[in-house]
Amino acid sequence: MSTVNAIEIHDLVQSFGGFTAVNHVSFDVPRGEIFGLLGPNGAGKTTTIRILCGILLPTSGRASVLGYDVARQPEEIKKRIGYMSQKFSLYGDLTPTENLDFYASIYAVPRAGRARRVAELIEMAGLGEHRRVLTRELSGAWRQRLALACAIVHRPPMLFLDEATAGVDPVSRREFWDLIYTMAGEGTSVLATTHYMDEAEYCNRIGMMHAGELIALASPDELRAQLPGTLIQIDCDRPTAAYQALESMSGILELAVHGARLHVSLADGRDAEAVRDGLVEAGLTVRGLGVIQPSLEDIFLYMVQQRQSAPTHGLGE
Amino acid sequence: MERLWTIMRKEAYHIWRDPRTLGLILLLPGLLLILLGFGISGESQDLSMVVADLSHTDASRRYLEAYVASDDFEVVAVADSEAEILAHIDGGHAQVGLLIPEDFGRSLETGATAEVQLYVNGSADPTNVQTIQLKLSAIGQMASQNILVRRVTRAGAAMGLSLPIETFVKTLYNPNGDRKLYIIPGLIPVILELQGLLLSALAIVKEREQGTMEQLIVTTIKPWELMLGKIIPYLAVSTFTLLSMLALSQLLFGITIAGSFWDLFGLSLIFIIGSLGMGVLISNLAQSQMQAMYLAMFIVLIPSIILSGMIYPRDGMPLASLIYSELLPVTHYLTILRAIFLRGATAEALWPSIWPLIGLSIVYFVASVFVFRKRI
Repeated sequence: MSTVNAIEIHDLVQSFGGFTAVNHVSFDVPRGEIFGLLGPNGAGKTTTIRILCGILLPTSGRASVLGYDVARQPEEIKKRIGYMSQKFSLYGDLTPTENLDFYASIYAVPRAGRARRVAELIEMAGLGEHRRVLTRELSGAWRQRLALACAIVHRPPMLFLDEATAGVDPVSRREFWDLIYTMAGEGTSVLATTHYMDEAEYCNRIGMMHAGELIALASPDELRAQLPGTLIQIDCDRPTAAYQALESMSGILELAVHGARLHVSLADGRDAEAVRDGLVEAGLTVRGLGVIQPSLEDIFLYMVQQRQSAPTHGLGE
Repeated sequence: MERLWTIMRKEAYHIWRDPRTLGLILLLPGLLLILLGFGISGESQDLSMVVADLSHTDASRRYLEAYVASDDFEVVAVADSEAEILAHIDGGHAQVGLLIPEDFGRSLETGATAEVQLYVNGSADPTNVQTIQLKLSAIGQMASQNILVRRVTRAGAAMGLSLPIETFVKTLYNPNGDRKLYIIPGLIPVILELQGLLLSALAIVKEREQGTMEQLIVTTIKPWELMLGKIIPYLAVSTFTLLSMLALSQLLFGITIAGSFWDLFGLSLIFIIGSLGMGVLISNLAQSQMQAMYLAMFIVLIPSIILSGMIYPRDGMPLASLIYSELLPVTHYLTILRAIFLRGATAEALWPSIWPLIGLSIVYFVASVFVFRKRI
């Protein structure tokens, strides 16, 4: 039963009536990896996680978690995974300690070490002084950490995080990911979904999903390398006029408005200074222009566009 | 096994830490019993009547007297024509009208058949209309028999002539015909069912709505532990309701249980378990609390009130309705409860109603545990 991969998915399909939520998806996640599933709402991330947790029977294809088949051995999987959803599914009328005790009992954490385990998790989540307050009184960030504590009360070797940072402030998100890193360092495999592109930077590898299909699969750096040309950011006085001017220039691969700034993808060999000259010639004032690291959002948009211009079927490994 | 206890304790916290809901759960059944107990038991004794005596004779006055003396009718208006009578009934001032024509006295004198005209408002509750018609014709018959006897006596026949048959009716078990005795034991099953269904259905659907159900089904919990753990605390709540309603029946309405309290208590627990099980079954079909309420109302509660025999007798019900009512535990429980309450029936004598009650309760309860799937 022991495999090197925590997750193995092969040609997975999930359709609801006429709607295909997951369309021929295949990928593996090695043990100890933090794997990110990235994509907008409705891309099929949550459906994929539900299949892996053994609570949704796939229409076709195979998937296994820690060597157990999702369709035939869901209870074996459930013993060994932690699952945290975007809703932070806690009981609001129970205190943090009661919530933890509840899940510790449900997961049959041995009675002997239970009190110590609960105390340890209260400590980890920094809930010490809030442990006797009703959970519904806690702020989003506290509840998020409590939900994580509940999900890992039985020390699962595999952790599923479904939009686990939705609606939480950036500082708390950072602290949350620090906790995840610590756990991964101790050997826990993690599969996280998010639609915050910046969060995907925390992952060892990323699978990008769009409309049920896996459109990219690589580490964040590898994905950046896949983006052709050089990305420059332009700050100028009239972005709309600049956009039109840039559209008529040659050697521009991609053009996107980011707030008051423009992101321009230049074909290899095209000089950034030549673009500045072109804009000045068009009567615009260029306040700043420089080469930037493409964000995962840039890559996602690029991948989706590539996909739409040349549709192919499922991306396997 | 420890998990079962954990779920029960958690559910008890939910109940206990929501005092407002707990108050509603515990107090409303009693209040409802009081409201409906007094509301329904009020008998419609005096029927309002409008009369038009166009004959103005001794005979016609004596005939009228028969109605007035009967206790069932109260003359609220005197009219002079049919049109006036109809106007009174139309306007809702009177439910019954009586017209004695001009030739009433003369016809009696000459030995011809005298005619009177009665008017009944047929748009009222059909059972009521039927009762009114029965009363009217009974009194009418009595009055004409009296006239007949007088006429025969006057014609010189044997003195002291009396009618050959006189009927006496002895009502068993509820000699005064007190409707409370019939209504209160009829209300208890429906209130218990309403509460059991909603409590268990909503408790489960609520977890589904707040997302904690999803969290529970990704754990190793067993369906029976979850279902049983959620139902048992509500069994305690419903038992409290049962006892408080029994106490109210005795203290407030003066209805004592004629039969064995423990027979009644044990069979009531079985009924409660069945009702909670039906609630869980409904919750499996519902995605939201709204849907659960609608399903409970339309599939179980309204049929329970109409078809169980609580208000309308089940005799002569169409086959489909009869079968549906047989599938409702409340139908059998109602029969049992009334029998133990009023007749003091023993469990052995009630076996034909007890086994369907136990059977249905077990089926619904076991089904509720097995239908639950740890899938989305």
